[in-house]
Amino acid sequence: MEETTILEALKRRFPKGVVDASAPLGDATIVIRKDALLEIIPFLKEKPYEFAMLLDLTCVDYPERAERFEMVYHLFSLAANRRLRIKLSVPEDAAVVDSLVRFWKNADWLEREVFDMFGVRFAGHPDLRRLFMNDGFVGHPLRKDYPLRKRQPMIPLRK
Amino acid sequence: MQGNFITTRLNAMLGWGRKYSLFHYPFVTACCGMEYMSAACAHFDIDRFGAGWTRFSPRQSDLLLVVGTISQKQAPVLRTVYDQMTEPKWVIAFGACAVSGGIYDNYAVVQGVDQVIPVDIFIPGCPPQPEMVLDGLIKLQDKIQKTKQDWRWKKQRS
Amino acid sequence: MPSRIQSQARPDSLLINMGPSHPAMHGAVRIMLELDGERILNSEIEVGYLHRGFEKTCENRTYFNLLIYTDRLNYVSPLINNVGYVMTVEKLLGLSIPERAQYIRVLMSELSRISDHLTCLAAMAMECGAFTVFLYKMKAREFLWDVIEATTGARMTTSYIRIGGVRADLHADYEAAVQKGLAETRKVLKDVHGLLDKNKIFLNRTRDIGVMTPENAVNYGWTGPALRSTGIAYDVRKAHPYLTYDRLNFEIPTGERGDNFDRYMVRMREMDQSLRIVEQCLAKIPKAKTGLMADGLEPAEAIRAARTQKPDRPVKLSPNLEGSEKAVTKDILADDRRVTIPPKEETYTSIEGLISHFKYFMKGHGIRPPKGEAYLSVEGGNGELGYYIVSDGTDRPYRLHLRAPCLPLLAAIEELIKGRMVADVIPTFGSMNIILGELDR
Repeated sequence: MEETTILEALKRRFPKGVVDASAPLGDATIVIRKDALLEIIPFLKEKPYEFAMLLDLTCVDYPERAERFEMVYHLFSLAANRRLRIKLSVPEDAAVVDSLVRFWKNADWLEREVFDMFGVRFAGHPDLRRLFMNDGFVGHPLRKDYPLRKRQPMIPLRK
Repeated sequence: MQGNFITTRLNAMLGWGRKYSLFHYPFVTACCGMEYMSAACAHFDIDRFGAGWTRFSPRQSDLLLVVGTISQKQAPVLRTVYDQMTEPKWVIAFGACAVSGGIYDNYAVVQGVDQVIPVDIFIPGCPPQPEMVLDGLIKLQDKIQKTKQDWRWKKQRS
Repeated sequence: MPSRIQSQARPDSLLINMGPSHPAMHGAVRIMLELDGERILNSEIEVGYLHRGFEKTCENRTYFNLLIYTDRLNYVSPLINNVGYVMTVEKLLGLSIPERAQYIRVLMSELSRISDHLTCLAAMAMECGAFTVFLYKMKAREFLWDVIEATTGARMTTSYIRIGGVRADLHADYEAAVQKGLAETRKVLKDVHGLLDKNKIFLNRTRDIGVMTPENAVNYGWTGPALRSTGIAYDVRKAHPYLTYDRLNFEIPTGERGDNFDRYMVRMREMDQSLRIVEQCLAKIPKAKTGLMADGLEPAEAIRAARTQKPDRPVKLSPNLEGSEKAVTKDILADDRRVTIPPKEETYTSIEGLISHFKYFMKGHGIRPPKGEAYLSVEGGNGELGYYIVSDGTDRPYRLHLRAPCLPLLAAIEELIKGRMVADVIPTFGSMNIILGELDR
């Protein structure tokens, strides 16, 4: 019951920003527009919702969609013991999302990971570099069009 | 005739000495490290086979244990560590990932450390049981005993 | 390209490298330090040396096949990783599993958690110079792994928890083996308390070093023992109870100061609680409906008999891993042909069983969760271990993402060691239990 109230409250508070709100399989989820992110996050971080923790931040690649990348955020509220999933779509030609580093410190590494794996850029990130792959790596491995076995050795291999 | 006899004996003696005083450098990256810890600790006790002395400096060790997955990013590091070791030196590839890349046949993983450095013994298993590690070690000792020892302390391998 | 620390370093300071292959860094992490004498002015952590393409590989494996990759994420507690993945898929499928299987999962998770904490603290103590503690803890871990090996068939990478239940029933004399493991672990924990708790050297290296405030920990997204050491009692097992944790009695130990010593202490006390949970599981686990060892035909005889007609008696073999499974699957596997493998004797002796076995593993068939997405987390060794799976209705996940509890922990180390001595890096890093397998994925 509580889940629907927070989703409805968010819909009422941000009629333009929140595109859709639902709870598939019990996970409260809102789909928002890309430019509403910086407006909604501070609201969620403060009382009464207090989503003080950024659990996870990742991305899903849908090459066939018009807006290719879908960012997925999982927030957690220690006070209310509940999770919230936020999704937003990003087109490939303008793959830039607002950075959340100013709200959560772990967003730094998580955003670097998404940049590394998908090539989505983050506006306002202090130090956007690859996290896992080496600097000279070409391409973004978790994109669907990157072949699974395309290796880029850093040193010449024997045989 | 006389000279050959002496060199053969000396060769055997050097081999005997070398095989029971392996100072190993565990290049631990991944899961296999847990089984390496088991093998090195009290239950399985690698020390019984003369390889108890773990040196965490490549300069002071003559056996390199490559324990775990070597990613493309890690390969130059492994190469550097190997180059820093002094002759004579041996390498054991420990676990399926080090042997062949194991289950990770993808963009990030080197398909076997023999693509980076020469390897003497391959120990398969994901991860290998400590008994297999000890078996691999004994096989390496046999190999050391049987090879022609480089007793003039001159660099032979490239 | 020069790293951040290189471009920002003061001209008179010293830059050194710790790792990626360093005696006191278990795991391949590279920490670049900018030093003024012995004091750390700045640091930068580089990860990715164990990036094995887990997520990409999983997109190319079926739901059943990718189970083996989850073992190797947090390789110190593989069974908890299995549980997390399997439960996420079960959430997508809407599957419920028998109670006995749930208890077995809890039992195995807790044994794994104990061995996780043992390994973490063993490595931490060894790096602080307490080699005896290392040997003691490894000894206790061996006894726990004996239990795991006897039941699952493997010491570490077990792949024992399956979608719909578990792979095999507990072995016949598991109770005695578990009791022995518990007794040995208790003995070791008592010894370690005596060796370390008031040890001056250990205290000097851990007390008030690497201090984290609760607010900062939450901001960093810390979970697990590291968050609890700052005084916040958040545990997924209590906050979002899964399996049978709501029916078991245990406490959440918390620390006060959030320093290295508190992290050590929280882990030690958590092991006591896990031992309690294991004992309760032993008492509460529902009895198997059939005897653990079925009597009947010898396996070779059964196969020979099946060539002419369906054998009327069950196959006699050990209850776990091989042989007569039909009798025990009721207890440990969900009754749903779409998601579980048929019992082996059915596969070998009847055409229907062979067909369903074949269909289960055929490309494009097998487990196909409906379209949708699910996030589910369990309490791993280091904190909230979450799986986010997007299904597109085929037999492979469209996207599988792991919420690694280590990542926020390691991200915070730069801040924790700033202004401290070089020697403080080691216990701070050790007390976090950084497992590169799950961090780099």
